[in-house]
Amino acid sequence: MRLSELPKGAPAVVDRVHDAHAADPIAQRLRDLGFVDGEPVRVVAIGPMGGDPVLIQIGYTRFALRRAEAARISVRSEVAA
Amino acid sequence: MSASTLRIALVGNPNCGKTALFNLLTGGRQKVANYAGVTVERKEGRFTAPSGRVLQILDLPGTYSFEANSPDEQITRDVCAGNYPGEAVPDLIICVADATNLRLHLRFVLEVKRLGRPIVLALNMMDTARRRGIVIDVPELQRRLGVPVVETVAVKRGGAKALIERVDGEMPTAAPAQPDDAASRADLHAQVREILTATVTMPRTTAVLDDALDRWVLHPVFGLMILALVMFLVFQAVYAAGKPVSDLIGSGFGWMGGHVATLMPAGPLQSLVVNGLFGGIGTVLGFLPVILVLFLFILTLEESGYLPRAAFLLDRLMLSVGLTGRSFIPLLSSFACAIPGIMGTRSIQDPRDRLATILIAPLMTCSARLPVYALLIGAFIPIHYVFGVFNLQGIVLFALYLAGILGAMAVGWVMKHLRRDKSEHALLMELPSYRMPKVRDVAIGLYERGAIFLKRLTGVILGLTVLMWFISTFPSPPAGATGPAINYSFAGYIGRGLQYIFAPIGFNWQISLALIPAFAARETAVAALATVYLVGGEATGGLGHALAGQISLASALSLLVWFAYAPQCMSTLAVIRRETNSWRNVAISFGYMFVMAYAASFVVYQVTRMLT
Repeated sequence: MRLSELPKGAPAVVDRVHDAHAADPIAQRLRDLGFVDGEPVRVVAIGPMGGDPVLIQIGYTRFALRRAEAARISVRSEVAA
Repeated sequence: MSASTLRIALVGNPNCGKTALFNLLTGGRQKVANYAGVTVERKEGRFTAPSGRVLQILDLPGTYSFEANSPDEQITRDVCAGNYPGEAVPDLIICVADATNLRLHLRFVLEVKRLGRPIVLALNMMDTARRRGIVIDVPELQRRLGVPVVETVAVKRGGAKALIERVDGEMPTAAPAQPDDAASRADLHAQVREILTATVTMPRTTAVLDDALDRWVLHPVFGLMILALVMFLVFQAVYAAGKPVSDLIGSGFGWMGGHVATLMPAGPLQSLVVNGLFGGIGTVLGFLPVILVLFLFILTLEESGYLPRAAFLLDRLMLSVGLTGRSFIPLLSSFACAIPGIMGTRSIQDPRDRLATILIAPLMTCSARLPVYALLIGAFIPIHYVFGVFNLQGIVLFALYLAGILGAMAVGWVMKHLRRDKSEHALLMELPSYRMPKVRDVAIGLYERGAIFLKRLTGVILGLTVLMWFISTFPSPPAGATGPAINYSFAGYIGRGLQYIFAPIGFNWQISLALIPAFAARETAVAALATVYLVGGEATGGLGHALAGQISLASALSLLVWFAYAPQCMSTLAVIRRETNSWRNVAISFGYMFVMAYAASFVVYQVTRMLT
């Protein structure tokens, strides 16, 4: 499942970040920000218009990601971790 | 530079409290400029350590990673690595990390450490960390990182004492430099996890206050209501506190000019001093109160952590016209005045989004257009009630505001499609913890904005004002001339020349002439029209009456639309030059607004003429 499809409040862990194209700087930045294998994430809030952007809690930090950004991140449910 | 001066670079993630620490260390002794050739702010300050050694501190832009995504991050990387042209290699790097957000911030610390330079880690916001029950084993952290670690509280007096002592003491030894490749980058996260498990215990990952506030502030309905309320208060403050002071300054300088005039013999010199110098300084200083009031709010909202929340709520809306959520506040500020709006775009990271915001900011209806709108609407639009409740004059005023917004949306949309670089714009925005803004940090920020405006722009604006004075005063009217002096001046000739360009949109030579001083400041168009139409005096009603007799309704509507889109004022263009460091962008914004204003006025004039 992609992070963009994760329902609000549901706990999950990051699987990996996928490059949308070769040398994708956004994917690289997501990895640098801590979206790496095994990291717990949660959707905290969603934007008022079309559910975009989404607010993600990762580690001790909250990041607002547009749907296209969140769609680069695959996640799995926590029990699998 | 004396041998005892120590060059220190301050680096860290955004929102680590680095600038607050910089303010605490250096107080007001800061120099703000731009890095050569780019519009990234360069902040440097100095202080004398207890040992008598002078410490020179460079506050580098906040960065998440050396894999730089923006010009400011590139600068941080290059200065730290010692290969930024024109910047000396720092002797020591102080890495600032938020003690409550170590998972994110430690990764960057490890990245900096790999440069192989002497480093001190400042664990900032230790007070907040303690309050939240976070326990950090500092000696163990220091051992595992292999760099000296000191605790700081940037928002408290004396909160950097340990840091100063450490920096002033023996120079820490640098770790050996390590190569930067994909494999070792991925490894950094594993190292961070290991260090955190061994050194940090955290009762919960989030702050209770953040959870509670965000539930309301980011709520789809209440969040937007709170945002509307905040914006309402900002505008109330601008018009209650900023605008009256601005007007007072304008009239104050007019009064002083009048007094000086009585002390001088009549002639060109008197006219230069009264109209050129006093008028010009009055114009420049008159912007200042509005700018300061707006920035007081922008800085407070930024410091408190609210601004990114507002950007979160509005990102989708702004994205649809090719902008970002961060564009909203600068654009809204532009309804008061485009100058602080454009200066406020520095909070937009993506250079493309920033430029787009700068280019459309002048289309927002600023307060200086109101006197012109009021004059023309009062003179030409009848007080007629539509459906019995809506005053036609009010509807026209509303339509003009709307025209600005719709025009800006259209321009944003067109720019989005014209842009050659179609790569995706990132949002990736951190929503930091809520914080109580500190008076010192807001005050220093305000002082910097005010100083930038006065220092960098006074010269340009004053110069242009004097130029405007010159072309409207010389040559002097011939002996026995009956018309107002401006008719015989260069401006008069230019106005007559311009009427051929402006005839298709319904402007006669008097209006064309009034557009020249209006370029200095829109509100002067009213005074200029009064001068050329020989009304004299201050009574707007009289001028309105005179205009109604001499200008057709079609021309008046065309002029209103012209003011909604016209490339003005020159102070705005000067700010665009300063904030984008490019005359090309000034030319683009002047050019597109001229074309847009001309086209819109042409349509309005021709259609109205057909209908009346």
